[in-house]
Parts: sequence; C-alpha cells; structure tokens
Amino acid sequence: MEDSTAQKQEKENQESGEEERPWGEITAASSQDFKSGLSEPLESEQGPETEPYSRSSPPGSPQSRDSAPLGDLTGPGASSPPSPPEEPSSTPPLALSGQGLEAPRQTHPNHSVIPEAETPHSDHLKQSSDIGELTHLTCQSTGNAFPQFQQTNGHLYEPRDVSCSNSKQKELRFDIFQEEDSNSNYDLDEAEPETAPSVLETAIQNAKAYLLKTSSQSGLNLYDHLSNMLTKILDERPENAVDIIENISQDVKMAHFSKKLDTLQNENEMLPTYEIAEKQKALFLQGHLEGADQELEDEIAGNSLPNVMESAFYFEQAGVSLGTDETYRVFLALKQLTDTHPIQRCRFWGKILGLEMNYIVAEAELRDGEDEEEAEEEDVTEERDNEDSEGEEDDELPRSFYKAPQAIPKEESRTGANKYVYFVCNEPGRPWVKLPSVTPAQIVIARQIKKFFTGRLGTPIISYPPFPGDESNYLRAQIARISAGTHVSPLGFYQFSEEEGEEEEEVEGGRDSFEENPDFEGIQVVDLVESLSNWVHHVQHILPQGRCNWFNPIQKSEEEEEDDDEEKEEKEEFDYIEQEVGPPLLTPISEDLEIQSIPPWTTRLCSNLIPQYAIAVLRSNLWPGAYAFCNGKKFENLYIGWGHKYSPESYTPPVPPPVCQEYPSGPELTEMDDPSVEEEQAFRAAQEAAVPPAEENEDTDEDEEDYD
Amino acid sequence: MDAESLLLSLELASGSGQGLSPDRRASLLTSLLLVKRDYRYSRVLFWGRILGLVTDYYIAQGLIEDQLAPRKTLYSLNCMEWSLLPPATEEMVEQTSVVKGRFMGDPSHEYEHVDLQKVNDGDKVFEEEIVVRIKEETRLVSIIDQIDKAVAVIPRGALFKTPFGPVHVNRTFEGLSMSEAKKLSSYFHFREPVELKNKTLLEKADLDPSLDFMDSLENDIPKGSWSIQMERGNALVVLRSLLWPGLTFYHTPGTKNCGYIYVGTGEKNIDLPFML
Repeated sequence: MEDSTAQKQEKENQESGEEERPWGEITAASSQDFKSGLSEPLESEQGPETEPYSRSSPPGSPQSRDSAPLGDLTGPGASSPPSPPEEPSSTPPLALSGQGLEAPRQTHPNHSVIPEAETPHSDHLKQSSDIGELTHLTCQSTGNAFPQFQQTNGHLYEPRDVSCSNSKQKELRFDIFQEEDSNSNYDLDEAEPETAPSVLETAIQNAKAYLLKTSSQSGLNLYDHLSNMLTKILDERPENAVDIIENISQDVKMAHFSKKLDTLQNENEMLPTYEIAEKQKALFLQGHLEGADQELEDEIAGNSLPNVMESAFYFEQAGVSLGTDETYRVFLALKQLTDTHPIQRCRFWGKILGLEMNYIVAEAELRDGEDEEEAEEEDVTEERDNEDSEGEEDDELPRSFYKAPQAIPKEESRTGANKYVYFVCNEPGRPWVKLPSVTPAQIVIARQIKKFFTGRLGTPIISYPPFPGDESNYLRAQIARISAGTHVSPLGFYQFSEEEGEEEEEVEGGRDSFEENPDFEGIQVVDLVESLSNWVHHVQHILPQGRCNWFNPIQKSEEEEEDDDEEKEEKEEFDYIEQEVGPPLLTPISEDLEIQSIPPWTTRLCSNLIPQYAIAVLRSNLWPGAYAFCNGKKFENLYIGWGHKYSPESYTPPVPPPVCQEYPSGPELTEMDDPSVEEEQAFRAAQEAAVPPAEENEDTDEDEEDYD
Repeated sequence: MDAESLLLSLELASGSGQGLSPDRRASLLTSLLLVKRDYRYSRVLFWGRILGLVTDYYIAQGLIEDQLAPRKTLYSLNCMEWSLLPPATEEMVEQTSVVKGRFMGDPSHEYEHVDLQKVNDGDKVFEEEIVVRIKEETRLVSIIDQIDKAVAVIPRGALFKTPFGPVHVNRTFEGLSMSEAKKLSSYFHFREPVELKNKTLLEKADLDPSLDFMDSLENDIPKGSWSIQMERGNALVVLRSLLWPGLTFYHTPGTKNCGYIYVGTGEKNIDLPFML
C-alpha cells in the first residue's frame, strides 16, 4: 500500500516538480516567521506549535534550498519520510474548512495538498492555542495511516478507524487530536459531532484526566512534562532531538525543583507495631516486678493461674492451636490478669473472631471482691418503673392496658449463667475488660439474631428484635450459650457436692453445684472416643426463659387482675407456661439433641499411629470451633471461632409479632340512634300523663331542639 | 500455602485457631513431596481441610508452570495416600447445589435428594418423586471449585504475566508495603479474571498489565465479605472470608510469606447480609 502510493506520489512530484519550489520557500518563510514569533514574549504556545515544522523543515526545505532540482524531485515525496505523514492528516480539517482551499486541491489532487496544507494550517494554528501541538504529535504517531488518508480524502473518519484498530495508544492520542480539533474548528467540520458519540468523548476526558494526574512522588504530571520538554527542545533547537529525547526528558525532570513537603508529623507507619511490642514487653517483665513483693504472689498466684501451655500442648495434638508464641502471650496475659484482680480460679476460655479485632476470653471466679455493677443495673430497672408510674398521672382517660411482659430478673452472680465472670482483651498485652453479667432477655434475644462481632465492645447491636445492650452484652450472652452447650468433662470427674446439693433439691429438683471428685480414677481414652455417654455437661443448661434456674413470673401479677374474663385468660396462659425444665447437670452428652440428623458431637483419637499415647478429642458440631480433649486424667475445653451456632438451614429472621386485635364491637362501642320526634312526643305525652306540672318538660324540649 | 514452607505458614495462619497436629504436619511434609514428584507438579499447595462428621478431608493442589492454568486437586483422609479428584464441571455444581449440611467424611457416601418433577401423562399433570443420588466425592469437587473461584487470594505482585501469556511466580516480589497491606485493592482473586473486562478506561489506565491481570478483592459482592486485620501489631495481615468462613489468608508485609488455607465445613455462609 504504502509503497504503491509513495511511488505514485513520486511520479506526480516529478510531473509537477516546478511547483515544489514555491513550497520550499513558503515553508522556509513560514518557519522563519515562527522563529521570529518565538522571540516575541507573546505566546508560549507558539513554541510547541512550530515544533513539527522545524522538524519537517530540515529534511525538506534545506535540501530544496541547497540543491533545488534534486530536492524538487525527491524531497517531499520519497526522501523525507517524516513530512508526508503530517501533511495529509492536517488536510482533513482543511478539506472541510474552506471551499476556496478545496478547489485548488481538486485540480491538483495530490501534491498540491502539500503547499496549501502547510501555510493555511499554520495560520490556523496560530489562532488556536496549544491544540496544534497535540494535533501534530498525533499526526506523527498515526503516520502509518497516511496512505489511507490519501486515498479516502473524502471520508474523513475511515482512516481513524484503521488507526484505532492498530493500537490503543494511537487511538487515545488520536482521540485527543480529534477532540481538540473539533473544539477549535467546531463550526468547520460538521461531521464531527455526529460521528463522535458521547462515549468516545468521555473516553477522551478520561484519557486527558489520566495524563493530568499528578504523581505523588515527583509532583509532576505527564501533560505538563511533555509540554515542558517540547518547550525546551524548541528553545534550544538541538540537531538530533529525536536521539536525545530521553536525556531531554531527564533534564527537564532534574530541572524541576521540588521541595519535600513538610508533613508536620513524623512518618509513623510502623507505630502500632512498636506500641503493641511495648505493651507486650510489660507482660514479659512482670515476673521480675513481682519478685519484689513475695507475699502477694504467694497469696494470689497460688493456684489461680491455669496451666495454659499444658492444655495448649494437648490441643495442638488435636489440631487446634493459636500458635506457640501467641499461646504463650495469652498465658502471660492471664498471669497479668490474676495478678491484678482478686481471682480465685481462672481459665483460658477461648478466642472469638471479630471483623476488626478478636477477643481473647478468660473465665474467672472472683474471690470476695464482687463489684458494684449490679447496683447500677438495678437503677436502670428502677428508672423503668418510674416511666411506668409517669403514665398513671392522668386518671381521667383510660391508660394503656398493655404491660410489657414481666422482665425476668437476672441470676445472682456466682449462680446459673452468671456463675463465672468473663474478662476479654483484644490482644495479649492490652488491658482486660470485665464483661457485664448477662440478663435472660439478652440471652433470649441473642438466640434469635446472628451478628458478627466487630471487635469493639461499645458497638451497638442493630438487629430486628432489638437487642438490649451493646456488643459487650451480646458477647457475654454468646459466651454463656457456648459455655452451656459445649463445656463437658469426662464422666466421674465432677460429682455433686453433698451438702449443697440437698438444699438445691428442695427448691427445684435439680442440683446446680458440683465439686471435683477426689476419687477420680481416670478413664480409658478409648472409652471416651467410643462412647459419648462418658462425657457429661458440667455447665447448667440454659432454659428457653434465658435462665438456668426457673423463675416463676406469674405469682406477682395475679393479684392485680380484677376482671373475671381477664383472669380466666391469664390462668389459661399460666397453665400453658409450665416450669421449663432442661437436662440436669452432669447429663451425658449422648442425650444431646441432634441437629436434623447431624450428630452434635464428633469424637476422634488424635493420632491413629500411636494409639497408646493418643488423647481423645471432642468436637462440637453445634458450635463449630468448640473443642474438648481428655487424656484420661486431664481435660480442657476451648472455643475458637466466630461465636455462632451451626444450623444446616439458613438463618431466618423471627416473624414479626402478631398484630393486636381491635376491641370487639359490642354494646360499649355502639351507640343508639338519636331519639326521633315521635319518641319524644310519646315520651312527653307519657310524662304529661304522669306529672301534671309542665314547666320542666318545656325546658327539656328546648334543649333537645337545640341538639337536633 | 506452599507445601515447602508449610511449617512457617501454619504458624502464621494459626490466629484463627485451626492448625494441624504434629503427626499430620510431618506426614504432609513427607507425602506432598512425593506427590510433587509423582505428578510432576512445579508447585504443590496445601489447600486446607474440610471437616467431616466422621473424618476430615485434607486437600492439596498441584500447579504447573503457568499459575493460572486449571489446577489439579487431590484429597486424602490420612495425609499419606492421595487421590486425584476429577475437574469440576458446571453440571456438578448445579447437581450438588441441592445438597446441604455437613460432609460425612466418606467419599463414597451418597446423599439422597428427592426431586419433584412434573410429568405430563396425556392430559394429566402429576408430580413424580425422583430420588437423585449424589456422591460425596462429586460434592467435594464442586465445593472446592466454588471456594477456589470465590475466595482464593493472592497479593498483588506475587504473580506476573509474561509477554507470552503464562503467569509465573514473581521472584522479585518483596511483599506489600504497610499502607498497601491494609487495603483490599492490593489483593487479587487467584483465578482467571472475570470482572476485569468490565472496567472503564480510566480504571484500566493505572493498571500494570504484567501485574494487574486478575480481579481485585475490593469489588466483591456483598461489600464487607472480607475481614482484614493486622495482627501481632501490624506485623501480619490476616484476611478472613466471611462468605466462606474458614478461609484464612495471611501475609507478612515486606516479605514473601503469603498464602491461604481453608479449614471449615465446606458450607457457604448465606446469612452474611444478616450478620453484618
């Protein structure tokens, strides 16, 4: 293609060789014009504009000046490859721009393009701002498309398509060219808006925005850099600009002076790393510190600290571990906890994963130092009562019959679900936070919702049945549920304590306290694996009510009832609410409920290769992440997971509460029709007949008439 | 996680609590080496573990030189004897989508699914019960495939695309910087790109074609299906998938250590929108 057209061009050049001379002069003149224009401080844009001409002139015009006949023959067409790509691409706007220009081209279809294209276009370029720079840049980049331009002079946009398909880069540049051109000669080329859809324009905007993006490292953008480069080239006029373009680019960059921004603060990218390391250093140092006061250590740390590392070793055999170093940090953190709080016994409960941070949970039994939190919470309930009493102020209108279902009081600390106190921290080394004690309402609601923990205790829990409390309460409720479901021990390890047990029996038939069996002989690991009945729950079951021990909500409310109907209804309900009973303490886990044909527990031997030293591993399928091990004598429970219960079905939000029925339409609501005239007259007649004096009746008549 | 650096990887990923017992580790180190030799993989990944009710499946994957080529998946019940799983097909995924609940741990176990199908018998239309039997092995294949496609993660820059097409491990990968490590956009799905084509030109303009040839995690649906945490005081990034709970990705910023492991029941968390 190119060859053929080039030859063709050459021929035509030879035919009209004489016409080439004026062109050489014109270009030389025009370039001189530009040079003189450059010296003027008027427009800095002129620099880039003239650049392509100064580039095209060295191959074209000097030759024509030095050796006129030779240059005439071969100069523009064959010997100067850079020039032809420019010219035709600058013609298309001209083709539409003026009919006066178009006419001569039609007479000299090909080579006449060359002179005419150059001169008017340069004029035009002067007018338009830095567009010219871009147009010529793009023209050179699309040099390949030159022949097509020549052939399809009439169809302006076809070659573009060709060049578009060539490569995306070209497309981009060409788009710029197109857009800039269309802006400047908008009225000239009418075809532009039709063929340039808005998608293309946005693409152009995108590309230009991309070029204008400032680099965060140098503070430069490519657009300015390119224009600076071209300014520099035109200022200095190097002989072989294309060869040293890399150096020029580098020089321009070096010349750009940029001061490092003063950020006011030191760059503290790694600060959290140091911060936690500093805190954890305290963990490792506390051993030394404690050496100072021996008495305290003897007093407190006697047996309150669990042997975390030992159980971690066994759990690692089972394939559950936090990693050795993290376990040791947890161990140290527990030591810190027992040193700073009056804790009788402590245990590593597990880890609950959160979205932003995790919770490390420690289970503790306090000695005598109970805290004052309960008093605060009682205040809250009192406030509620006050709110209720406020409603009673105006006796005239009927008050709302609705009473909130009686709040079930929470269990005393050290009993039921509040038997233990739980401390949490986000990372070993960070301060431990004591979780509030759990209320039955929180457990009941927590059973109906399923939320991820975020890792911040103060986060509000936004859920459909409104959860009474924030994340610390939800966490506490989940801990209570998980403990009740998954804390198990080998049969025989715990036994009911004899004295207390009898007392409890009187109350409700179930016993809720136990003690370690001093005569525990150990149990065969194989038995533990083979039979689930060798494992028992040692944490009380939580009733649907939300408590471990049954609380009868009825007794108080009965007194208030007055109407017979209501009493009956209530009584029926009372009959319905019988005492909820769950499995008693120390029930074997073989009696646990199945989850839709899925067994609730999986037992395994940790190693099949060396069974004689293996331990029994128990995994809960109801609470994924809950594990227990027993090596015959020792056992431990651990939970690591998201804190959610497993269900094969997807979570279903609870149904909305039933809509209250409206009051049934009865004699209290319906009213009689107004008394009619006949009735009144009959009434009057009756009265007149009965009572002779008529004065009072007249009065009433008047009144009634008013009402009618 | 790479089979060669298994011990370090396990230590790094242990924040979620799921590890391997010492005997499993030792046997994996031995047997995966043999797998690599026998199947002539260039790289063997320990993929994870699917918890069954009776036994667990241990899953490994073999990669050839091109990292994005379809991977071969192997499973084992005792970490020693590995069997090759067939590649997952669309049919399998569709077929096993009706099965819910936990894996049993027995590859030959058959789930029964009762399907109601309308049968036109002349004028009458009545429903007929068809019992579909699905082997657990099929389900295993399809679940692994789904997890791989949904949540397999690789940090940006760990792989690079060669000019000829294949994707190789980037030997010059120096780990993500601290600021990058906190952003989801620096992590990619370890699979053939799906969403990349839909990006706009401006979004594409910044992409480095040799590095950004995969989908980034930040556009995952629903938003918030990843939990990103800095553990050990910013020394370790841990990504946990909330859509497939059990998948943990770890990366130590500034080093090459990265990988993912799945330890879970092989069930998708379809309750995610309720839980956020």
